[in-house]
Amino acid sequence: MDGVIMHHVALWTAAFLTLGIISFLYRDNAWYKFCEAVFIGISAGYWFVSYFWDNLYGKLWLGIFPTDPTQPPDYILLIGGALGVMMLLRLIPKIGWLSRWPLAFIVGATAGLNLIIYFASNVMVQVEDTIRPLFGANYAASAYDIVGNIVVAVGTFTALIYFFFSKEHKGAFGGAAKVGIFVLMVTFGASFGYTVMSRISLLLGRIDFLMGDWLGVIK
Amino acid sequence: MTHPLLLSSALVGIVFSAIVIGGGLVFLLIRTLKAKEVDRRVIFLFIFVATALPILFPFTFSEEPTAIVKRVFDKIESLPAGSHVMLSFDFDPAMAPEVQPMANAITRHCLVKGDKVVFICAWATGQALLTQTLDNIVRKEFPDKKEGIDYVNLGYKAGNEGMMNVIVTNLRKMYPTDVNSIPLDSIPALEGVTSCRDMKLLVSMGGGYPGPKEWVLFVGDPGNVPVAAGAAAVSAPQLYPYYPKQLLGILGGVKGAAEYEYELAKRYPQFDKVDKPALKMMGPQTMAHIVVMVFIILANIAYFKGRKAGQK
Repeated sequence: MDGVIMHHVALWTAAFLTLGIISFLYRDNAWYKFCEAVFIGISAGYWFVSYFWDNLYGKLWLGIFPTDPTQPPDYILLIGGALGVMMLLRLIPKIGWLSRWPLAFIVGATAGLNLIIYFASNVMVQVEDTIRPLFGANYAASAYDIVGNIVVAVGTFTALIYFFFSKEHKGAFGGAAKVGIFVLMVTFGASFGYTVMSRISLLLGRIDFLMGDWLGVIK
Repeated sequence: MTHPLLLSSALVGIVFSAIVIGGGLVFLLIRTLKAKEVDRRVIFLFIFVATALPILFPFTFSEEPTAIVKRVFDKIESLPAGSHVMLSFDFDPAMAPEVQPMANAITRHCLVKGDKVVFICAWATGQALLTQTLDNIVRKEFPDKKEGIDYVNLGYKAGNEGMMNVIVTNLRKMYPTDVNSIPLDSIPALEGVTSCRDMKLLVSMGGGYPGPKEWVLFVGDPGNVPVAAGAAAVSAPQLYPYYPKQLLGILGGVKGAAEYEYELAKRYPQFDKVDKPALKMMGPQTMAHIVVMVFIILANIAYFKGRKAGQK
């Protein structure tokens, strides 16, 4: 019985909040602001609890004080804990400068981790995949693939020309830049179409909830 | 064979939607031609009507899978039974309407093929949505599949790329236990698995950060693991440069999910009767896209009319 009541309370709360957010489409109002505040508050609370139990407790605390007696304590985690505390020192203006150390560590570690991987995957492989062979002894490509490969190579090259401002966009160079604009417009159009699809999916999800789960008009 | 009642409902839906939306758009066209302004709320109302009517009177289309979706389907189809497939739930409730259907369809496909599915989350919010898939799909439709034997739920670990960077070489270092605190060494489903390199396929479903792109960069490329993506439509265009070399295939938005659902039901008739939310969404999607396209045309008419009037 309690479960049924709770289910209905949850349904009506969700419907109230959904309608409150949608009400913004008419005009800004107190109902919307309330729902917005609830959303932000719950999100912040959710992330805080999630990070607390997963990182501070799950990794740091259980790493230093493991519950499994066969597992040795990992004292190197204390360095991470200390850096975390130093990050919070921003709140004390006198020693706030100490918070720059963990930030420097994060920036350095991220750069070190990403540099090789991004260069290998996002630069080398991408360049290689942009200029694909059209013909070759060990390369079987259909006419569709060949046209596609040409479009990708020419499209990338002309789009890059459009962003080259050291030379005036005139003559053959200007013509290539115009092709580049065309390629960019097609790209933006495709992105816009996908964005519309994504936003409509969100709306559909909410309408489906309101008409199906809440009102029961549809199955 | 479609039931006659369903057919008539679809017909009513199409005709009713066409009359209401078409009539409204003609009204807007007249206002545009008369150079009168249209309140933005009228546009919102149109989008609402264009999406709500096809939900009330549903109609669906056949969605033949495109090559980019078919490659993911064929890859799972070609895996021998018992292959390890990692499904990463990297999304939140905002992305769920379009990503959850593809997650459910791929889960069904892997389980019906007899793959050992390793569920994982790179997003904290993915855990709750993974639980929905486990409750509504795995436990309901596959009661004979046992947790720990046929599939395993590793859950969420913070760390984003850091987490991926570890599990590409050592799964147990980041995940000593599964979500139920069972040590990985005592889970039969993970026998012979030491890292992500032992996965025959990794499907990341999401679209934000971390998502398919990070799985490609930190696991797919360095670990030589085939990676596929199920992406929210808004982020799908950013993944296209990785196809086909670094990404095996992409399910882009609800359209990709609908194509996968269609192909799955076609190949496995037992899934013909199960709920297919993505296919259901394609009717409203089509109507909404038509309305948006008409609005773009109307806006252009208004713009050129206004410019012409300004020249005079």
